[in-house]
Amino acid sequence: MPEVIKIKRGLDLPLVGEAEKVVSGYTAMTYAVKPTDFAGLIPRLLVKEGDNVKAGSPLFIDKSDERVVFTSPVSGRIVEIVRGEKRKLLEVRIEKSEPEAYEPFRAGDPSKMSPEEIKEELLKSGLWPLIRQRPYAIVARPEGKPKAIHISAFDTSPLAPDYDLILQGREAEFQAGLDALRKLAPKVHLNVRAGEGISKVLLNAKGVQINFFEGPHPAGNPGIQIHHLDPINKGEVAWYLRATDVLFIGRLFLEGKYSPEKVVALTGGGVKKPQYLRMLAGASVENMAKQFLKADDYRIISGNVLTGSHIGHHGYLGFYDWQITVIKEGKYHEFFGWALPGADKLTASRTFLSRLFPGKKFDPDTNMHGGERAFVLTGQYEKVLPMDIYPVYLLKAILAQNIDKMEQLGIYEVAEEDFALCEFVCASKIEVQQIIRKGLDLMYKEMS
Amino acid sequence: MKALRNFLDKIKPQFEKGGKYEKFHSTFDAFETFLFVPDKVTHTGSHIRDALDMKRTMSMVIIALIPTLLFGIWNTGYQYFLSQGMTQVGFWEIVWTGLLKVLPIVIVSYVTGLSIEFAFAQARGHEVNEGFLVSGMLIPLIMPVNIPLWMVAVATAFAVILGKEAFGGTGMNVFNPALLARAFIFFAYPGDITGDKVWVAGLTHGEAVDGFSGATPLAHAASYHTELIPPLHDLFLGFIPGSIGETSKLAILIGAALLIITGIGSWKIMVSALTGGITMSLIFNLVGANPYMQISPLTQIMMGSFLFGIVYMATDPVSAAQTEKGKYIYGFLIGLFSLMIRVFNPAYPEGTMLAILLMNTFAPLIDHYVVEANIKRRMKRSAKLTNA
Repeated sequence: MPEVIKIKRGLDLPLVGEAEKVVSGYTAMTYAVKPTDFAGLIPRLLVKEGDNVKAGSPLFIDKSDERVVFTSPVSGRIVEIVRGEKRKLLEVRIEKSEPEAYEPFRAGDPSKMSPEEIKEELLKSGLWPLIRQRPYAIVARPEGKPKAIHISAFDTSPLAPDYDLILQGREAEFQAGLDALRKLAPKVHLNVRAGEGISKVLLNAKGVQINFFEGPHPAGNPGIQIHHLDPINKGEVAWYLRATDVLFIGRLFLEGKYSPEKVVALTGGGVKKPQYLRMLAGASVENMAKQFLKADDYRIISGNVLTGSHIGHHGYLGFYDWQITVIKEGKYHEFFGWALPGADKLTASRTFLSRLFPGKKFDPDTNMHGGERAFVLTGQYEKVLPMDIYPVYLLKAILAQNIDKMEQLGIYEVAEEDFALCEFVCASKIEVQQIIRKGLDLMYKEMS
Repeated sequence: MKALRNFLDKIKPQFEKGGKYEKFHSTFDAFETFLFVPDKVTHTGSHIRDALDMKRTMSMVIIALIPTLLFGIWNTGYQYFLSQGMTQVGFWEIVWTGLLKVLPIVIVSYVTGLSIEFAFAQARGHEVNEGFLVSGMLIPLIMPVNIPLWMVAVATAFAVILGKEAFGGTGMNVFNPALLARAFIFFAYPGDITGDKVWVAGLTHGEAVDGFSGATPLAHAASYHTELIPPLHDLFLGFIPGSIGETSKLAILIGAALLIITGIGSWKIMVSALTGGITMSLIFNLVGANPYMQISPLTQIMMGSFLFGIVYMATDPVSAAQTEKGKYIYGFLIGLFSLMIRVFNPAYPEGTMLAILLMNTFAPLIDHYVVEANIKRRMKRSAKLTNA
């Protein structure tokens, strides 16, 4: 086996509710595309309530670059356009109708197409936003010249979906997707987990550089992989996406249509029988409760517990998510909770008895477990951030809005998801991810 | 428990915005969160949070201090009876005598410090920080037992107001607050914290039996009477005069083990400070210019508050170096300077306090260079790119 890049720092959270490798069907009545899934996006709406759309019809575009289109995952009727404060566009909801109708896109062998044709095809179909970029962790700017595209082929986040299962038997789509991506950058890195039982779909991929990674979360984050393979310097751009999303791209070129079928891991302590569900992108979770979820006060998260979004019992699967996690809400007072021995507490520290039971799995809730404080402890973040970056200094530079310092301390290399574990372990309960996002937004505004 | 919760829920509205006692919101909050971990849930970012919070963190340090406090209480009684020539005293009588001397100091330190903390939190509309729970325990432990109580109160007030709140509260202070309290007394009232009389209860005004001087090992060393330094096992177990919490190295090592196992105290600082201290005393051994320099490294690190300082004070995360590499340098220099000050300047018999305060000042500088090195690495990478 070739060289393995070992990630030493990080943390795997042992949670209950890992999905069993069984795939069931799931259908929803309504679907939605949410501009809030895309960091920094200012959308311009193209449709109105009552309009009929097909799968692949544009719903809204990016105001800063009108080539970037966001399209409907299904055919049907626009039933509701949800706006929030200051009329901010939150959701475009579509009621699905049968039979499924698709916008026609050009099918063809991507290895025989020009980079411009591929780019145009991806932009028009609404698949372009699957590709994101560092710096800033936003949807890739179409005019950008990336030095490489990184595809993370494994997910290390808590209760993450198993990509090998999702990719099983999808060689043709996956390779077609890779062929398309190869045209967009001088190099494509396929970053694979080291070890046994890795899908042939990944190991037999052609025309890409396969890199092997090993280690705890966040080893599966593209940002960490980029940092260890070929870190981004000022002025450089790298694009990245998840291996599962490559399937959509391949399908587009093979079939000439936007067909966003996903196999989503339904996980967490609030699920009756954690398993995989076959569904379409943007599906509503409203039909899930009766069949799949336990009846209690639970929070439904699109994505994983560290970075996902709280979508409520009538929410919709996020654009980038291949996982739904359901955990208990933690709205309760705990008598002398901070003083108890705590044999059942989930913690990275060694201050609770629970650390004496290695291998124990936890069913955590959403309680903060304490009040917010100033930075006091040191060395806590470093243990879970495998990057040559001083996290607290970077965070303080962001809070001080010091652009030069942010740049010097490595803001171009990071995304909020890379700091999710820092936020989890923080004894001062600081909202680390939000601060990082603020820094990225500020930086993007300054630089454009 | 349930009744208490119901009671709190009932009176809570009066302390919230628009309530009758709105002004006392921080105080109410402090007591409420002391009794119950709040029911706040995550709303952005990570949906789950580590069970560790600031209260847990600080209580770990306090637990780590308990062995030194208990031994300090016993030793205070023991030294008192020793000075009176009474050797046949029961264990509980010793403890009771010690308790009567030590407990008032602890109470004064906590009451003064916490009142100020509460007042500041109230004025700022903040939650009360837990930092002083540790400082409030450290202050009595680094005092001589004969310290006048009003002096403890004044020193604590000085440390909390000028050392901490002036900088913005817990997490913002430059110096270790407890050490600042000691330094304040040291420079403002030197007679009450130095000499041979202050370390043993009742000796300041009373008389001791013949042959009992009350002098600490450091005093013997500074006057070059190194032959009077008690044997190693007494130094280790702590049957010697000294500040309340510093004498028993065994108790300190138990605390150190707890801090290291829980990960709350930085082993990097402790180990590198120890290395620094041993290095310096080995250098002194080589020079050997006077009897103080000839003391073995093992005796050196067991004298005075060296171990207490590097375990409990140097590791204060706020005033220490914050980068992992910086911690090695910071700790090493504390060890080095502690011994240097102690040996070179007999006017400051205990160098550890000044060494830690000195390094508190330089910790940001050490961190600055460590972070600069990181920045340079990144810049170099970029520069290579533009040149290529």
